[in-house]
Amino acid sequence: MNLACQSCKKQPATVHMTDITPEGEKQERHLCDACAQREGIMPKAQQQHVPIAELLTGLVADKASVKQIADMACPHCGMTFIEFRNNGQLGCPSDYDAFERALVPLIERAHEGASHHIGKVPRRLDTPRPTENDLIRLKRRLDKAIENERYEEAAMLRDKLKAIQA
Amino acid sequence: MMIDELAKQPGEWLNGQGPMSDIVISSRIRLARNVAGFPFLPKATTEQRKEIADLLHARIDAHATNQQWQYVDIAAIDELDQRVLIERHLISRQLADAPGAHGVSISGSGAASVMVNEEDHLRIQVLRSGMQLDEIWDEINDIDDRLEDKIDFAFHPRYGYLTACPTNVGTGIRVSVMLHLPGLKLTGEIERVFRAAKDMRLAVRGMFGEGTEASGDFFQISNQVTLGRTEEEIIDDFKHLVVPKIVDYENRARQALVQEKPLALDDRIWRSYGILCNARTISSEETMLHLSHLRLGINLGRIKLLDLPTVNELFLLTQPAHLQKVHGARLNGEQRSSARADCIRRRLSQVGNN
Ligand SMILES: [Zn+2]
Ligand SMILES: [Zn+2]
Repeated sequence: MNLACQSCKKQPATVHMTDITPEGEKQERHLCDACAQREGIMPKAQQQHVPIAELLTGLVADKASVKQIADMACPHCGMTFIEFRNNGQLGCPSDYDAFERALVPLIERAHEGASHHIGKVPRRLDTPRPTENDLIRLKRRLDKAIENERYEEAAMLRDKLKAIQA
Repeated sequence: MMIDELAKQPGEWLNGQGPMSDIVISSRIRLARNVAGFPFLPKATTEQRKEIADLLHARIDAHATNQQWQYVDIAAIDELDQRVLIERHLISRQLADAPGAHGVSISGSGAASVMVNEEDHLRIQVLRSGMQLDEIWDEINDIDDRLEDKIDFAFHPRYGYLTACPTNVGTGIRVSVMLHLPGLKLTGEIERVFRAAKDMRLAVRGMFGEGTEASGDFFQISNQVTLGRTEEEIIDDFKHLVVPKIVDYENRARQALVQEKPLALDDRIWRSYGILCNARTISSEETMLHLSHLRLGINLGRIKLLDLPTVNELFLLTQPAHLQKVHGARLNGEQRSSARADCIRRRLSQVGNN
């Protein structure tokens, strides 16, 4: 499919997006890079963020409840989801919870389906009680141990997992 | 001032040392962090940016490691000095252009730097020559631990370290290696590397100068996935999979050139040497191309009157800001081309006795 840019009608359209009007109506737009930039749809920040620009394109269109997403705003910093979609950057740490429903699919697309952190944890938060992420981490290590035929380690990890889940 | 001193020395990461340094020019790890209790930068006021910068500046100086750190307020230095820091990979272009208070703390060794108020409040990075990801991880993890004892970073029980852009969330880690791949470029097999990298969700970009992916022989490969894997797993991929595989491809391409086209290979290397020794004016792109051939010639033992550190040093000293800094004056494009040719001729005449 080779759509022409709706603005200049010359270049092929490379930016496809579903805009949301203030009334919450969906409106499809197809523009070339140059026109998209001129209209401020693809600001400079996004050019440095090619992956996020790709991820955001068409994201809103995936969701049935367009109106609800359009209305989402962070109670702490006032960032709206539409604003985030246009700039590629969030406004504050609370946005991860405020936009959770729309953000999780995007995070999963960016990180090969993952939406749980299993890496480093700040020492001040290293609690004795295991978290959901600890469980995922243990399961991952168990799978790896089995895959690499390190059976002694696997048995140890399996016991650990059982103890936590019990 | 410190930047004047810096501009005259080659960077630690260009000293040509370290494992696999014939192909891996340098390796780098960067961690993105934000201070809890503040908005991310897009929603931070001018006052908040200042508050964050002051707080981080003080904490980094006091606690980052036992070496001496020097904080540079980017807005307070001129554009040429900013460019010197960019060319040395101590700061990003984005930091130089950032609004409000922003700066960088540079470690005494020059290998570690902490950018303040770039895209995130903190971007810690450690850069070393050759393939030294384990050493880099130990160093950067230690800096992060020390800062974390004094600063609460925004951390989410599910998503991990929170970043302004969700593509960096989780570990906030960006691992990258800068590779010199003239063999694959000459044999036309470089596309294979791009494809393999893309399959592994890695980003590839051209390095040095304005070069795009396809031009030049220098490439930076970095991870894009930062969530759902541990820092060690991400690093291990580079150590055990990505880098050994590309190094193997490149070595095979180089051997094929030596065995099948030794005359064409030597011709290319020695012509490049001839041009660099004699040119009276030379662009940045042409310099990179010929230096790349010299580097290849040295690594294959086809040219023995030069060593790797000399060529690596020239990569840096021929960049626009370094040229002007060493020259002690502003130069326009034409003047730069002439100063660049002089600089190269002078350096090569010191080592070669042709
Ligand atoms: Zn157009
Ligand atoms: Zn917010």
